Amino acid sequence: MTQRIASYPGTALSEEDIERGRVLSIHDRLRADYAWDAGLAIGRYLDGLKAGQILGVRCERCDRTVVPPRAFCEQCFAPMDAFVPLAGVGTVNTFSLCYVTWDVKRIAEPLIPSVIDLDGTSPPAGIMHLLGGVATDRVRIGMRVRAVWKPARAREGAITDIRYFKPLRRG
Amino acid sequence: MNTSVGIVGIGWTGFRPVTPEASYKELVYEAAVRAYADAGVDPRRDVDSFVTVSEDFHEGTSIFDEYVPDQLGGAQRPVHTITGDGLHGLAAAVMQILTGRFRIVVVEGHSKASNILTLPHITAYALDPILNRPLHANPLAVAGLEACRYMHESGATREQCAAVVVKNRRNALRNPAAAYGADLRAEDVLVSEAVASPITRLEISDHADGAIVMVLADDETARRLSPHPVWMRGIGWANDSPSLESRCWARAAYAEQAAAMAYRMAGIGNPAEEIQFAEVDDTFAYKELQHLEALGLCAQGRAGPLTVEGATAPDGCLPVNVSGGSLGIGHLLDASGLARVLEVVLQLRGQAGSRQLGDVYTGLAQSWRGVPTTSGAVAVLSSRLSGRES
Ligand SMILES: [Zn+2]
Repeated sequence: MTQRIASYPGTALSEEDIERGRVLSIHDRLRADYAWDAGLAIGRYLDGLKAGQILGVRCERCDRTVVPPRAFCEQCFAPMDAFVPLAGVGTVNTFSLCYVTWDVKRIAEPLIPSVIDLDGTSPPAGIMHLLGGVATDRVRIGMRVRAVWKPARAREGAITDIRYFKPLRRG
Repeated sequence: MNTSVGIVGIGWTGFRPVTPEASYKELVYEAAVRAYADAGVDPRRDVDSFVTVSEDFHEGTSIFDEYVPDQLGGAQRPVHTITGDGLHGLAAAVMQILTGRFRIVVVEGHSKASNILTLPHITAYALDPILNRPLHANPLAVAGLEACRYMHESGATREQCAAVVVKNRRNALRNPAAAYGADLRAEDVLVSEAVASPITRLEISDHADGAIVMVLADDETARRLSPHPVWMRGIGWANDSPSLESRCWARAAYAEQAAAMAYRMAGIGNPAEEIQFAEVDDTFAYKELQHLEALGLCAQGRAGPLTVEGATAPDGCLPVNVSGGSLGIGHLLDASGLARVLEVVLQLRGQAGSRQLGDVYTGLAQSWRGVPTTSGAVAVLSSRLSGRES
């Protein structure tokens, strides 16, 4: 304050004003809602999951079976519509112990995302899912696992109808 | 140009307001299979490069370009995606072929507009976040602002804009692929609800789903593959300033610049004489009029009167949007420019069915990326090469 001005007019900025973003920033929110058409192949796949079944699809030309199913073979570009049920048993191709959730929160017990090569498919054709019912220090590449399903009445035709994959033998 | 680029294959799926039975991948696959059969090529063996156009917010997937190879036969091959209209993709394909390092290049664009539940919100997010978004005006107002100034300076009238809608939706009745064919009267257009004055609801194109795939090849390959290659005589693209505060509101400056570039490449000095028919962006009815003037296909202020006189009808001296345009086919988001090119190719091949124009060999396709952009592209296509018979 100078001698001539006892107090300045107006309200001073507070630390809280800055912290809460009331000044020096603009807040905006995007509404982006989508309803993706699953299509023929993924539609059949999701129907299968609701029924407790994992469906793959065969390309006779390439002599291979892949999962999740797709309407065309990305290798030879032929259509694929020979759906085959798979056993829901497979082998861990790769895994990671993940200590951060998708929205960046630390967790003490890690999620164990894994790609599992299902029996009856032609590698590299695996299902991306989670491992469960296994101690983190026992997870290994090559481990044999099987799908653990939600109860039938709780299934809704979604990838989460499989809760996780767990070791065939107790670890 | 020391070599020429020809379109040797076209394929499309659609166009319909909804496509619940197929995923976007399945739509694209169907269009691609048709395009490759049309060109007589195997994508896994013959195609050197793939170019696609898409917008992440239209797909609902970040880094969407990662999802494009499989359905085109482009896995483990050179692929890239342009955030732009299909004509920008076509320009990229032409440039790749002109390098001499690629003989066959594929271009893809698609729309799953029906899957975007909040499309107006997505479009609103294209506005400047600090200066424009806080005003909360629907981005359709940007078209209203432009139509207002364009009509003020050009003398175009609401009746003339309505005539564009009537023509294009009637043209769509002769296009089996068009979603919005209708027999309307100008009066129906004028009395439909005001949306952003001077624009009414029927002057705004509705969206459609679909996919378009094209196969391009160099001169020698095109002649080997196709009995009727359609030559890319010229292509150009340009942007005006994005600023709503300082852009040119009356004229489509981006289309003027893009056309000048395409005409220079094609060696066209008098477009009104040399272009026989045109497929131009008509996302809004006034846009067709403004674009025709910007492309030099008629004098400033003449597009409206010519439309009312029938000069741009299929039997007029300059048929415009014989396909039905976006008003009649449906707006295909980023694939809209490819829909314009598709019709030009069909007409030049003589494959346009009951809407076939008589004796045409040079046509123009033009695109605009929609509100709030000032981004556009122009292609001049011909069944003959410049200066000699093909
Ligand atoms: Zn195959």
